[in-house]
Amino acid sequence: MDLLNTSLRQLAAALRERRISSRELASAYLDRIDGLDSRLNAFITVDPERTLKQADLADERLSQGRGEALTGIPIAHKDIFCTQGWLTTCGSKMLSNFVAPYDAHVIEKFAAAGALILGKTNMDEFAMGSSNETSFYGPVKNPWDLRKVPGGSSGGSAAAVAARLAPAATATDTGGSIRQPAALCGVSGIKPTYGLVSRYGMIAYASSLDQGGVIAPGAEDLALVLNTMVGFDARDATSIGRPAEDYTALLGQPLRGLRIGLPREYFSTGVSADVSRAIEESLAEYKRLGAVLVEVTLPHSALSVPVYYVLAPAEASSNLARYDGVRYGWRAARYGDLTDMYERTRAEGFGPEVKRRILTGTYVLSRGYYDAYYLQAQRVRRLISNDFKEAFARCDVIMGPASPTVAFNLGEKTSDPVQMYLSDIFTISVNLAGLPGLSIPAGFGSGGLPVGLQLIGNHFNEGRLLQVAHQYQQATDWHRRVPSLDRTGETA
Amino acid sequence: MPEADAVALTETDLKRLASLARLRLESSELVVLKDQLGGVLDLVDQLQAVDTRGVEPLAHALDLELPLREDVVTEVNRREQFQSMSPQVESGLYLVPKVIE
Repeated sequence: MDLLNTSLRQLAAALRERRISSRELASAYLDRIDGLDSRLNAFITVDPERTLKQADLADERLSQGRGEALTGIPIAHKDIFCTQGWLTTCGSKMLSNFVAPYDAHVIEKFAAAGALILGKTNMDEFAMGSSNETSFYGPVKNPWDLRKVPGGSSGGSAAAVAARLAPAATATDTGGSIRQPAALCGVSGIKPTYGLVSRYGMIAYASSLDQGGVIAPGAEDLALVLNTMVGFDARDATSIGRPAEDYTALLGQPLRGLRIGLPREYFSTGVSADVSRAIEESLAEYKRLGAVLVEVTLPHSALSVPVYYVLAPAEASSNLARYDGVRYGWRAARYGDLTDMYERTRAEGFGPEVKRRILTGTYVLSRGYYDAYYLQAQRVRRLISNDFKEAFARCDVIMGPASPTVAFNLGEKTSDPVQMYLSDIFTISVNLAGLPGLSIPAGFGSGGLPVGLQLIGNHFNEGRLLQVAHQYQQATDWHRRVPSLDRTGETA
Repeated sequence: MPEADAVALTETDLKRLASLARLRLESSELVVLKDQLGGVLDLVDQLQAVDTRGVEPLAHALDLELPLREDVVTEVNRREQFQSMSPQVESGLYLVPKVIE
């Protein structure tokens, strides 16, 4: 089986028709991980024995003709999802000894569908980062150029899919953590509407923004995985109960008459020339597919970064208060009294970026500043959300770059947090408004590095977004391009 | 409401924040953090210039109706399993340094 060029749908068909066994498929991916991941560092944990045991169960099920869309398919999971019996670190020393005692809702759903756990992917510590450099387990390398970052925080999932070490990977997105790494690694990634994917067992960063999603080569792959992932869960207070939807249903429909909104603010300043050129060319392709381009405006979009860096750290400082060295996780080896134990445990267990965000959050929530920062940020959040409502009165989907530049150098932005934060300038507002967002490969920029086109839809318009992405992918082959990692050894 | 030009964060402020957040900071970290947090606070200070009179704060993107469930126990007792993950447990209790003499 050609793992580099086979879609999930084709893999699933091969499994159901018994042209390949799940064990063979899983072994093939495990071999690729074994051969290539030492250069990428995309995985934190791989456990071939467990994966193959799951494969045998899937083969049994398939042989009884009880296979579903994902039965026997190995899927990599971001190490933010609790997986019972597997190390679940969230990229942090704090959880470097944490074997999850239960499965996340998402993991339960994949298990019920007969999918296999291929491994746990590397990520920025507690999902805080845009380059995967804050991971306790070291940075992930971009498969297109090992000197570049893969993006973050789901950098391991994006790099693994880009190098075809996994046919699909779960990911999470709080301010761009699915779409930005998908863009930088040349793969597709979707962040659904807030509330569609349960947060139960998904380690919390900023709960009002965190949303699980998928990274895979193409939109059709995303739709298939999403069909399994989405669903109401009473254990997540913000989970949305909606009738099940088949996200593949609209894929084949043409785009004639589609109104694409282009926010003036996404095309003015700060986008590098190579990214602009690739985005323009993909918009021209959409015109050929029958779409109409409409100018829209999102006047408050520049404020999305400051709003995010009040709200997300505030929620993080509260969520991460649970790591105290008492019940699970890291505890300092030496300490005096209880406060000293807490303080040393947290000083040792958290890395610098997590500490910065906890301190920022503590600051904006402290007495005297709550109104000026937190409430003001929530008010501006409404203005940002209202901008989208007005824009969607004039268009069906909004498009623009997913990231202002192609992948940057490892180490380039680590000393300047604000520069790093601005990597997410086009993705953050989507989380603030709770909208679904997608990034798809749209050509290459300088250095032969991938460019991502971002598609933003109205709430619950995932099916439409996936159709818009899939139709483009029927006319182009950017999503089928694979880095030459295994052919030349080093791509750089 | 205090003026939010508190961007000029002092080391004393930073130590107080760290203490509130239960984070021990080494003196070498203080200098770097002071500058970096100052930069972040400069960034978020852009919000002060926005006129938000009459705008309701938005806590969640969707107007969600909180669902109610039956008032029955759904959790199973997994005390032993959970305690087995703790750095220090004795007789079913989590151990921490003495807090009362």
